[in-house]
Amino acid sequence: MKFSNFTKTLLKHHQYILKHNIFVIIMSIKDEIKKVRDNVYEIPGSYNKRMRASGRFYIADEYIDELEEGAIEQIVNVACLPGVQRYSIGLPDIHFGYGFPIGGVAAFSLRNGIVSPGGVGFDINCGVRLIKSNLTIEDIEGHLDELTEKLFKNIPSGVGSKGKIRLEEDEINDVLDYGAEWAVNNGYGWPEDLEVLEENGRMVDADSSIVSDKAKKRGIPQLGSLGSGNHFLEVQVVDEIYNEEVAKVFGLEKGMIVIMIHSGSRGCGHQICSDYLRIMDKAYKNYKIDIADRQLACAPLNTKEAQNYIQAMAAAANYAWANRQMMTHWIRETFEEVLGKSAKDMEMDIVYDVAHNIAKMETHKVYNREEEVLVHRKGATRAFGPGREEVPEKYREVGQPVLIPGTMGTASYVLHGTQTAMEETFGSTAHGAGRVLSRSQAKKDYDADEITEELSSKGIKIKATSKHVIEEEAPGAYKDVDSVVRVSDSTGIAKLVAKVKPLSVCKG
Amino acid sequence: MKKFEYFDVTADIGFKAYGESLNEAFENAGLAIFNIISDTSNIDAVKEISFKVRSEDEISLLYDYLEELLFYHEIEFMLFSEFHVEIDDNLQLRATIKGEPIDWDKHERKTEIKAITFHKMDVKKTDKFELQAIVDL
Repeated sequence: MKFSNFTKTLLKHHQYILKHNIFVIIMSIKDEIKKVRDNVYEIPGSYNKRMRASGRFYIADEYIDELEEGAIEQIVNVACLPGVQRYSIGLPDIHFGYGFPIGGVAAFSLRNGIVSPGGVGFDINCGVRLIKSNLTIEDIEGHLDELTEKLFKNIPSGVGSKGKIRLEEDEINDVLDYGAEWAVNNGYGWPEDLEVLEENGRMVDADSSIVSDKAKKRGIPQLGSLGSGNHFLEVQVVDEIYNEEVAKVFGLEKGMIVIMIHSGSRGCGHQICSDYLRIMDKAYKNYKIDIADRQLACAPLNTKEAQNYIQAMAAAANYAWANRQMMTHWIRETFEEVLGKSAKDMEMDIVYDVAHNIAKMETHKVYNREEEVLVHRKGATRAFGPGREEVPEKYREVGQPVLIPGTMGTASYVLHGTQTAMEETFGSTAHGAGRVLSRSQAKKDYDADEITEELSSKGIKIKATSKHVIEEEAPGAYKDVDSVVRVSDSTGIAKLVAKVKPLSVCKG
Repeated sequence: MKKFEYFDVTADIGFKAYGESLNEAFENAGLAIFNIISDTSNIDAVKEISFKVRSEDEISLLYDYLEELLFYHEIEFMLFSEFHVEIDDNLQLRATIKGEPIDWDKHERKTEIKAITFHKMDVKKTDKFELQAIVDL
């Protein structure tokens, strides 16, 4: 075969490009996106020769043009990591994160895969809990102001807030090792609560002995506190039921008063993430892993660094479950105090508790066989479908409850996990809204008094530690959660069960 | 010379801190941090804390230093408004920071910083020193 001189020059040039890893990107990354079906898109693994899997994302067709290129590039960067399985996934609320996108899922092979703290995020096991009741609006009418004031007082929140209890120095180890189980054993809540928490509120891999003293010191004073920013505590009412049959299994009825907590692992989890970002920063260089961004720093799963991170992350996750469990106890106490009935009489049972930032060993179908993989969920909710043994027995026939919080003053949603999620997204779906306005822009655009007034005119009470947080967390600063939930539902990676709307909001 | 200024990122906040020396730029980064959490003009320097950190390069040193500030803020339950930093040739940093115990009746309550990120973190020297960091809120 003979080549013309021109072809030879071209080939040489091409080889040079391949050899030196030079990528000439002339077109926008968006030109490479292919539509798979309605609201589902793919970036083929051929887009970039370092990709070991394709990128897949779920987004409303009408929002595809608005999607940040940075977030798509992050899906590609994750698809380049060693041992990544099937797809690097973006969920309907995907947006730019540090290293991994937020609203991202990636699973890694236990043989040649990695674990990355950047794939979990700083707030390990930031999550949501839903508590139900047998109360209706009529039962709390006239008490809502008092309830709001007392919830705000009894559940510490905001920057520089301490929990109400003071742990003994070594008691923090039990919190880290036993999670919500520690809390229940110490009188916070009911034994049956544990049955309806993801992981039963305790990851058994946790090992407090490898958690740094700094993380423990940050964890001790903050245990039993809500936090700041987008974290919240809301008294809500079930506003709409989309699936009567599943709602019944979850114990939800239209008009029912429910309580939602959105909180995480506080300074303890943030410190554990930071500790391991630094450790992984050395590890990835040591193990010669090629990464596009320092915050994708990771280690092969069969190394000491990786195993230690998994155990420390599990300890932070346990801290978060203990934290939400303690707040649950104080919420019940507050309702008892204000309404003069026992929490048991008010049937204040937990519906479910989900983690939004976590990495877990799970069995999934990969290339036609069942395999154990490490699934990273960062700003994503597990959405296991019917039949999975991880789902509490009473929900197993319909799939797990999926809790997707809205923003301050807007609706939140309950969905259920599906077989489609098992097949397509390693059993995962979206986790919330996602910011569109920066905090300083939100402060310019909104006024705390006006927001409070507007919410009040809709019958929503709000109590916050400062006006700053009300402005920064203005509903208009976030994407529309309704669209996020609609795409989850229409693509089948979780199906709608109920809509809940706030009556009272406590913000840190 | 401006001591520091903020820039917008969608979910969080970034800052640049300036100084005639690397030490001064680090000191001003401390101010940038505590003006996100509160207002440093209203934090009296009544109590001091000293610490040391050593890192492998200047960017890591900035990360470790800022993390240390958050650590002492949380465990000592304090806000800081004065920062004295000395960095030697081996990238060992000695800091003495002054402030007072948190009193939310006195101090302005703004936002909690969850963590420092490496995203776009930078230490630059031109005619002066310029640091850049983005924090996770």
